[in-house]
Amino acid sequence: MSLLQLPAFGKARPWVRTAVLRPELGSLVAAVLLLTFFSIASSGAMLEIPTLARVLDTAWPYGIIAVAVGLLMISGEFDLSTGVMVGTAGALLGVMATEWGMNLWLALLLSLLICLGLGLWNGLLVVWTGLPSFVITLGTFFGLRGANVALSKYFTGDALIENIDEAAGFDSLHAIVATVFGTAPSDFRVSLLWWGGFTLIATWILWRTKIGNWIFATGGDREAARAVGVPVNGTKVGLFMLTAGAAWFVGVSNAVRYTSVQAGQGVGAEFFYIIAAVVGGCAMSGGRGSAIGPAIGALIWGIAFVGIPHAGWNSDWRWAFYGVLLLLATLINHIVGERVRTARSG
Amino acid sequence: MTTEQVSAAESDSSAVAEQASDVPVLEVRGLGRQFGSVVALQDVDVALRAGEVTCVVGDNGAGKSVFIKMLCGLIRPSEGEILLDGRVTEFASPRQARSQGIVAVYQDLALAPMMSLWRNFFMGGEPVKGWGIFQRFDVGYAKEAMQRELEKLGVNLGDPDRAAHTLSGGERQGLAIARAMYYGARVLILDEPTSALGVRQSGAVLRLIRRAAQRGTAVVLVTPKPQHAFWVGDRFLVFQRGRLIEDRRSETLTLESLSYLMAGGGEVDELETAIATA
Ligand SMILES: Nc1ncnc2c1ncn2[C@@H]1O[C@H](COP(=O)(O)OP(=O)(O)OP(=O)(O)O)[C@@H](O)[C@H]1O
Ligand SMILES: [Mg+2]
Repeated sequence: MSLLQLPAFGKARPWVRTAVLRPELGSLVAAVLLLTFFSIASSGAMLEIPTLARVLDTAWPYGIIAVAVGLLMISGEFDLSTGVMVGTAGALLGVMATEWGMNLWLALLLSLLICLGLGLWNGLLVVWTGLPSFVITLGTFFGLRGANVALSKYFTGDALIENIDEAAGFDSLHAIVATVFGTAPSDFRVSLLWWGGFTLIATWILWRTKIGNWIFATGGDREAARAVGVPVNGTKVGLFMLTAGAAWFVGVSNAVRYTSVQAGQGVGAEFFYIIAAVVGGCAMSGGRGSAIGPAIGALIWGIAFVGIPHAGWNSDWRWAFYGVLLLLATLINHIVGERVRTARSG
Repeated sequence: MTTEQVSAAESDSSAVAEQASDVPVLEVRGLGRQFGSVVALQDVDVALRAGEVTCVVGDNGAGKSVFIKMLCGLIRPSEGEILLDGRVTEFASPRQARSQGIVAVYQDLALAPMMSLWRNFFMGGEPVKGWGIFQRFDVGYAKEAMQRELEKLGVNLGDPDRAAHTLSGGERQGLAIARAMYYGARVLILDEPTSALGVRQSGAVLRLIRRAAQRGTAVVLVTPKPQHAFWVGDRFLVFQRGRLIEDRRSETLTLESLSYLMAGGGEVDELETAIATA
C-alpha cells in the first residue's frame, strides 16, 4: 500500500518539466533555426564548408570559457574577470618566453599556476566576504585590465608582445594547441577538439559525478546543501579556478597560434561567456543548466557573427542580435523559474 | 486514534528496538539556554528511547524549538549536558550530530527545487563507484536505493527523475524522512512537519513517523495540533515559559486532557474565569 500517492506530475506543465530536465534544448532549437535562417538569407552560402569553418573558429574560444562559466553559474556565481584573464594568460606566456627566454612549456605551466591562483583569489574572496561575485570579480577585472598592459609595457616596452614562435618548445606546443587540419579556407583548428572534449568532460562531471551533484546543490539551495554536508565553499572556489583555467587555455592557445599577444585583449568578452551560458539554458539564479548548453550558446554567437555579413547585413547588427537573444533567453529562463517556484508553493 | 492502536503498532516493532529501549538513546540533564537576559529554557531532564514517538507541545515561545535545536546541534546549551547512549557528548554542528545519527527534518526542507529526486536524496552523501578520476556518482544504485527506502516507508513518489519542486508538501516530508532513515537516523527530529499540510497529507506523514518509530528510531516531534500529537505520540512533553511542566505517557491521557494541557493547562481555567468575570 502506498501512503503517499502521486497526483499526476505535480502541477508543473510538461514544457516546464522538459525545461528543467533538459535546459539546453531551447538553445539547440535556436541554433538549428538560426542556421536555417541564415542559409536561406545567404542563399546557401552559410552551409558551405569554409563558412562553417569560420563559424566554428569564431565559436571555440567563447565555447571553452562559456562551458566553465556555465558550471559556475549553475553553482550560483558569476565571473567577470574571465575576459581579461585571457589577456593575462597570453601576456604572461609571452613575457616569460620572449623576455625571460623561458621554455614555452615551463611558461605554460607557470602561467597556469598564476591564473589558477587568481581564480583561487576570486573564489576565496567570494566565500569569505559573502559579497556578490559580480562585485568581487569586477574588482579583479579592473585590476587585471590595468596590470596586463602596465606589466607588458614594463617588461617589453610595448602592449604588444611578439615573436613567441622564437621561444624554445614552440613547435611541440603549437602542435598540441594550434595544429590546423585541412587547407584554408576549409581549415579546422585542433582547438575544436579541445572544445568538444572539454564540453564532454564537463557534462560528465556535471551529470555523473558527486562534484556535479554538489554544483547543482550549491546553486539550488545553498543552505540546504550545507546542512546535509555538501562542501559548498569548496565547490565554488573550485569553479572559480575552473573559469580561470579555461581563460588561461584560450589565452595561451591564441598566443601560440598568432605568435603574438595584445596585452589589452579580452576586455568585454566576459559578457559573451555569460550570455552564451544564459542562452544555453543556465539559470542566472543558479541550480539549473548544463555544460552542453553554453557550448551551443557560443555556437549561436559563431553562427550570427558569420551569418549576419553573409546575409548582406551590416556586421554591426551582430551586437544588437546578441542583445536581443540574451533578453529572450533570460525571459524564458525567468518564466521557467517562476513556474518552478509557483509549483513549489502550490 | 486510540492508545490500543498505538501500542499495537509498538508491539510490531523489532526485538532490537525493544531491547534498545532500556537504555535511552539520547538523554538531557539540567538542560538550559539563555539568550542574553532571556531564559528560553531551563532545567530540562528528558530521556528519549528507541522506538518511541515523543511529542513536544506547548504555547508559542515556550521553548520547544530551542529544545530540539539543542538536541540536533544547531544551538549550544548554556547549562546541562546531553548524553548519547549514556555518554556525555557535545555537538558542535548539525553535521556532527547527524554523523552520530541525530537527524533533524526542518520545515523549510533541505531540497534543491530544480534537482531530481534521487539527486536530492543523496545530496551530500553521493554513492560512488569506480576509482581515481573515473570515480563516478553511482546513478543506477542511487535510484534503486532511494526507491527501496521509499518503499520501506510505503511512500510512492513515482519517477525518480522528476524535479523536487513538483513534490507536494507531504511528499517532500516523505522524501526527507526516508532520507533521514536511509542515513541511519537513530533520533529523528521534526519541527511542525504537518503545519503546512492538509488533512490527508498530514495523516500520511504521521503514519510515516509511526513507521520510522516502529523501525527502532527515537522520534521527537513538535506539533501544535493535539489531534496529531495524540494519534502519533507515545509520550508528551509539555513546555511552558521555558520549563518542562509535564512529562506524560499516552496511556495516562485522553485527547481532551491532552488538548487541555497543550492549550496551557491552568491558563485555560484562568482565561475562562477572566472571560466569565469580565
Ligand atoms: N536566537 C534567539 N535569540 C534570542 N531569543 C531567542 C532565540 N531563539 C529563541 N528565543 C526566545 O526563546 C523563547 C523560546 O523560543 P522557541 O522558539 O523555542 O519557542 P517555541 O516553543 O518553538 O514557540 P513556537 O510555538 O512559536 O514555535 C522565546 O521567548 C524566544 O523569543
Ligand atoms: Mg517553534
